[in-house]
Formats: sequence, structure tokens, C-alpha cells
Amino acid sequence: MSVKAIAHEARASWAFIIRNFNLTKRYWKWEVVFFAYTMANSVTMGFIGKGVESFSGAVVNVNYLILYMLLGSILWGYLSILFEIVAETVAWERWEETIEYTFMAPVRRATHLLSVCGYAILYGILRAGIILLFVSLFFDLDLSGANLISAAGILAIGSFSFIGLGMVAAVLPLISPEKGVQVVHIFQALLLMFSGVYYEVTVLPDWMQQVAKISPATYALKGMRESILEGKAFNELWSQIWPLVLLGAILLPSGMFFFNKMEFWAKKRGVLKRSG
Amino acid sequence: MNYALYALNIKKTFKKHRKTIQALKGVDVKIEKGEIFGLLGPNGSGKSTFIRIASTLLIPDEGAMKVLGYDIVKDASLVRRLINRVSVEASFFRKLSATENLLFAAGIHGISRKKALAKIHDLVEKVGLDKKRLNDPLEDFSRGMQQKVAIARAFMTTPEIMLLDEPTTGLDPRAKRDVQRLIHEMKNDMKTTVLLTTHDMEEAEKLCDHVSIIHQGRIVVEGTPRELKLKVSKKVRNATFEDVFMEYTGVSFNEAEFQEVETA
Repeated sequence: MSVKAIAHEARASWAFIIRNFNLTKRYWKWEVVFFAYTMANSVTMGFIGKGVESFSGAVVNVNYLILYMLLGSILWGYLSILFEIVAETVAWERWEETIEYTFMAPVRRATHLLSVCGYAILYGILRAGIILLFVSLFFDLDLSGANLISAAGILAIGSFSFIGLGMVAAVLPLISPEKGVQVVHIFQALLLMFSGVYYEVTVLPDWMQQVAKISPATYALKGMRESILEGKAFNELWSQIWPLVLLGAILLPSGMFFFNKMEFWAKKRGVLKRSG
Repeated sequence: MNYALYALNIKKTFKKHRKTIQALKGVDVKIEKGEIFGLLGPNGSGKSTFIRIASTLLIPDEGAMKVLGYDIVKDASLVRRLINRVSVEASFFRKLSATENLLFAAGIHGISRKKALAKIHDLVEKVGLDKKRLNDPLEDFSRGMQQKVAIARAFMTTPEIMLLDEPTTGLDPRAKRDVQRLIHEMKNDMKTTVLLTTHDMEEAEKLCDHVSIIHQGRIVVEGTPRELKLKVSKKVRNATFEDVFMEYTGVSFNEAEFQEVETA
């Protein structure tokens, strides 16, 4: 690839990032609404953690339990943002009827998708951090022992796999403009259910535990819990890092391959345009 | 001869709700470099399908299409560097301003922000847009103004081949004239090849060097506007270009326009 070609792709990449930033800015009222929704979910999870002691009668480490539940909720919120932005690569553009202009631009699909995903990751991590800080104040949580940098690192590594899955999810609005985005939410809920979003994977039936082994969310959740709850440094999280790296190496190119195949299918069927 | 666009036996069928629609039934088109080529036909005749195939947004079922020698399926990424398009719907991110939309379009075509801003400045004057409104969201723009921004977007990339799918629909007479002047400038100053579809027969006659009339997915006649008028003049006295359209499509210009509105 020549320097000129790299500069071309870099400009295109920046254009996608800036466009998404501008869209977030212009739809800020909706962002506030969704932020409040995620916050409410997280606070609810915190209260469930707090309530366990009162209705079970058992003495539990409430701070630990709240943070445990909270991390599941934060990952849920993070994946929602990531999948939503990536899936809307197709859905939003179909709605605005800009998809044909974007898809006929002389830019590699990899540049296009990775730039959109890059923005989603940055925005998602920022959002997750704000929620964690806000909710920790709400419950007067002690985060002094938490290793937030390790947690962010795990989230960043896990994101390679999530991007791959997101690209697969982005195809759904191509297949069904009406229901595609909703199916993305179902896909996300299933992924987290198998990955131990609010519980240990060991409580799941055996067959579900087998599925959990190939889910990147399992390792992302475990790694984040170990960072925040046990204060583990990044180099102590190797048992979560290598599966995430391996899954990322498989899922990211697979997602790209699948998206390209489905783009070809959409062009063959003539369904890129909203009215198709 | 090296054609700017060469299409041979293009066929395209769509399947919708168990219905099969044959949009193109073997279309041949040859467009010479630097000419303005008109593809005229009533609504549903296959014009937009043909333009979408040339834009690499649709893959034909049969046949071959080459843009400056590059195959539109195998060499799609190279073709995309050579073309741009204006469609009848001025499609934008409606919450974003005209400048934000134009900068995005320039960016994904690899144009730097500095160059893009200079081009925006230049094009805004050429298409007759009010500079003061460039930072307003496009949802606040009238249909005609949105179309002007769409035209500016396509002209920003100085393509070798411009695909114009009813670019002047919805524009007021002054704006229409501005756009027609721009199309002429593209041809004369930049040697851009233009594939134009329009329902404005006067516009087609004025702008096009060659014309093909497409009806029910087939090219029914082709030639220069003068040649086509001469052919029809044997049947119709003082034949206009609208008479040519009626003769070969069996649909009057007004009927074609009415159908367009009905199906919009």
C-alpha cells in the first residue's frame, strides 16, 4: 500500500469518526435519555446486590456484591453502545438513505467498519467509566483497591472480538431493515446470558458452560471483575487475556469476511436501498 | 474504441414478495469519453437500476459493464474512484449541517479538510447556495436546496464519470439553469463524461450529445437528439423531443411524471 493510499484511507477513517461524533452531538438529547436508562439499570443492579443481605439474612460483602453486579451491568451497557453503533452502520444509513453514497465511496470496507467500531469503543469506554464513577458515588463504593487501568485494558482487548461479533450483527439490518436492529439486542442478551453477566458461569448447566467457553464476554467479565474486585494488575490476567486475543484473532477477520459476503449478497438482491 | 462506459447485455431481475420483476432485459449502452449521454424513459423503465449497476451498488445477473476499462464487479474499488452520482433523492444525515455532510463526503473520498473547504467555498457559489446557511442542519433546507447540496457533494470529487439520476427534479428554474450550466462546465472544462437521466425533455435535448430511450427494461431507440427528432418527424409534424419520448415509450411525458409522483 502506497503512502498516498494510506493517507487516503486515514482521511476516510477520520471522516467516519468525525461523522459519528457529530451525530452523537446532534442527537445529544437521546444520548442523555439512553445514558439515564443505562444508569437506572446499573443502579437497580446495585440495589439488588444491596438487597441480598436483607432478604437472605446471610452476611455478605455488600460492597463486593454491588460491584460484581455493577460490572455485569456496565458491560451490558458497553456492548449495547458498541453493537448499536456498529449495527447502525447499516441501519442508520438506510434510514437516512445515505447508505448508497457511503457504500460507493472509494474506501475499503475494513477502514469503514473499523473506524466506526473505533469510535464506538472510545465512546463506550468513556461512557462505562462515567457510569462506574457515578454509581460508585451513589452507593458509596470503595474503589480504592480497584485497578481501573487493567479493567480498561481487558475491555479494549475484548473489543476486538466484540467488533467481529458487531460486524456480524451489522449484517442483520441488511437482511431485515425493519427488525434487524432489534435482533441485535436479542443477540447481545443471549451472548451475555451465556457469559455470566450477573453470576459465575459455574452456576450454568453444563451445556451452557461449554458455550460460555467460546464467548469473549466470559473472559472480559472475568478479567474486569478480577481487576476491579481483586485489584489485579494487567500482567496477572493472562488467563483471561490469551483467550480474548485468540478469539479476537478469529472473530475480527471472520466478522469482516461475513460482512463482505453479505454486502455482495445485498448488492445481488438489490436491498441496499431502504425501499429496496 | 475506448468507451467511458460500456455495457453489454445487462440483465437484472428482482424478486419481491414472490413476484419477479425484470428491471433490465439485456441493455447495451456505449458512452464515449467526454460526452453527455441521456438515458430517458418512463418510471420503472430501468434507468435507476442501470445507474445503480454503474455505481457498483447492484450486481447484474447477466452481461458485462466496464467503466473506463474496469469491470464494475471485479474492479469495483477502482471504479468507485472514477465515478460519483447524484440521485433524485438528496440523501443526507439530516441532523448534520451542509458543511458537515460535505466534509464527510469529501473525507470518505480521501480529500483533505483544507481542500474540501476550498471546494465547498467554490461550489456553493456555483450552485447558488446561501453561504450563511451552510452551518444549518439539512433538515431545515427546502427540497431544492438539499438537491443543490447533493450536486455540490458529487462535484467535489471531480469524477471521470458523473452519474446524474434526475438531478434537476424539484429545483426552481434558476437553480435548474445553474445545474445545467455546471453540467456543461464539467463536460467542457474537466472533460467529464456524464450519464444523465431526466424527465425534462427540454433539458435532455439541450444537454445530451447522445440519447437512449429505455422502456420496460429494453433500449428501444438511440441516437443524437437531432437524429431522433428526424425519425419522428416522418410521423409527427414539427416533432418535439417530447414527441420522440411518446413515440418510443407509448407514454406521454406528463403520464411519466404522474407515475413518478404516484410511486414516490
